[in-house]
Amino acid sequence: MNKDDLDLRVKIAGVELKNPVTTASGTFGSGREFKEFIDLNALGAVTVKGVSSVPWKGNPAPRIAETYGGMLNSVGLQNPGVEEFIKNDIPFLRQYDTKIIVNIAGRTIPEYCDVAEKLSNTDIDLIELNISCPNVKEGGVAFGTDPKMAEEVTREVKRHTKKPLIVKLSPNVTDITNIAKAVIKGGADGLSLINTLIGMRIDINRRKPILANVVGGFSGPAIKPVALRMVYQVAKVVSVPIIGMGGIATGEDAIEFIMAGASGVAVGTANFRNPRATIDVLNGIKEYMIKNKIKSLKEIRGII
Amino acid sequence: MREIKKLIVLENKLISSNIYSMVLQSKGLAKISKPGQFINLYCREGSRLLPRPISICEINKLEDTIKLVYAVVGAGTKEFSNIKVGEKIEALGPLGNGFIIEKDKTKNIIVGGGIGVPPLLELAKNLNGEIEVYLGFRSKSILIEDFKKYGAKVHVATEDGSEGFKGNVLELMKKNNVNGSIIYSCGPKPMLKAVAKWAKKKNIPMQVSLEERMACGIGVCVGCVCKIKDKNQSDWQYKKVCKDGPVFWSDEVIWDE
Repeated sequence: MNKDDLDLRVKIAGVELKNPVTTASGTFGSGREFKEFIDLNALGAVTVKGVSSVPWKGNPAPRIAETYGGMLNSVGLQNPGVEEFIKNDIPFLRQYDTKIIVNIAGRTIPEYCDVAEKLSNTDIDLIELNISCPNVKEGGVAFGTDPKMAEEVTREVKRHTKKPLIVKLSPNVTDITNIAKAVIKGGADGLSLINTLIGMRIDINRRKPILANVVGGFSGPAIKPVALRMVYQVAKVVSVPIIGMGGIATGEDAIEFIMAGASGVAVGTANFRNPRATIDVLNGIKEYMIKNKIKSLKEIRGII
Repeated sequence: MREIKKLIVLENKLISSNIYSMVLQSKGLAKISKPGQFINLYCREGSRLLPRPISICEINKLEDTIKLVYAVVGAGTKEFSNIKVGEKIEALGPLGNGFIIEKDKTKNIIVGGGIGVPPLLELAKNLNGEIEVYLGFRSKSILIEDFKKYGAKVHVATEDGSEGFKGNVLELMKKNNVNGSIIYSCGPKPMLKAVAKWAKKKNIPMQVSLEERMACGIGVCVGCVCKIKDKNQSDWQYKKVCKDGPVFWSDEVIWDE
């Protein structure tokens, strides 16, 4: 068996990706900064940084703190707004043979709907609804932690767009399967999980939090066991495709998520340590498949 | 394609308390580097995930080497300080934009503070005209002789008075009644802010090299931001220190933090 015999195709919310590897929103921009490091054509999809209806300035600095095996961020979804995104980033990404997943953010349901509607007639493939950013005070996290609100925002966004809809779930809940079931009832065609965990660090010399926002989203290899457990739990109770993420940095990490039930795998914080991380993950998946004589990822998906 | 390179460490020695000078065989990075740019260094210990951005102190295009002068401030830089000559370190660069060198300026003023001093040395080598250098330290100075080598007139201020003028660098500049056609500066934010205010009053254009906590160093994470005024000065945006900077004109910067 060699690389050409492998069938890496996966279907996410009705869209076929040539392989399961995508990027976690906010760790890859719109791919522009990575084109000098990797061939963007190699990726199954690019999931872009969150886009809102109008430009968002984001949170004050410091926005970054390293932690053991991970990091905290409190960027606060700084972005130039959906109109700039449509004008600049969609034409850029369309030069490449990869699917485009647009992560959308909002503070209110009408704001989410406005972004979804504006993207509806553009040449993108999927929308990923971010109802779980821990760094935005209004809306954001509340939508992701209350099943009723999660269902409602999903239903309203779904009504405003023709694009297939993935909902990105927050891990900062007591039972993630309740939220998963709620957004599927609201019409979600797929799920992404997990978003960042909420964490903090304190500078003991200055006697102050390191992040200006006090708390931030915890990501990186350190959170992988939590992410894997949640993908496993959700995959057991839903039938829509899942994009798994949280600490994926190698092919072995990705295989673990696939065995737990993920169809797609997203590389996030690893992009900051290694700009070639997505390619390394893809190559690692292929090597595992060859070594274990796996022709299609269907053979191992959800086997746990 | 660009990539993280494994560079051989040719020198890694303590030059002052907690401050090290590291020379790397640069595999072609020297040829494309400019004063004020920086390099990402990566830790071997995987739990220290993020690169450490270190400014370039000297570029030797002929020998293809780059010198970095860094302070040990945490576990990552501590790890770097233990690397032996002949070993390799992972590095990515050059990153950022560096200083905008104004060749027609006849009197250059360089103002540096603490571990912000190193990138100003390569800058000094590349300036035309007279160079006057003002350097401030808490106690012990670094790189003074190196600046002199390139024909700069060097003035030192230390907070405890153990070397040169006792006080801060701006007090020394005021005392010497400094004047010039441009200021290039790097150092702690309070120093940059104070010098920028003074420069504005004196109507001297000034470039500042800023520092902020970074994750990626390549403009993706949008972590290392500073407030920069829009062109018409009516509003401002968070700009990335790594990609839009680290050097900005001082009158673009909002110094409120």
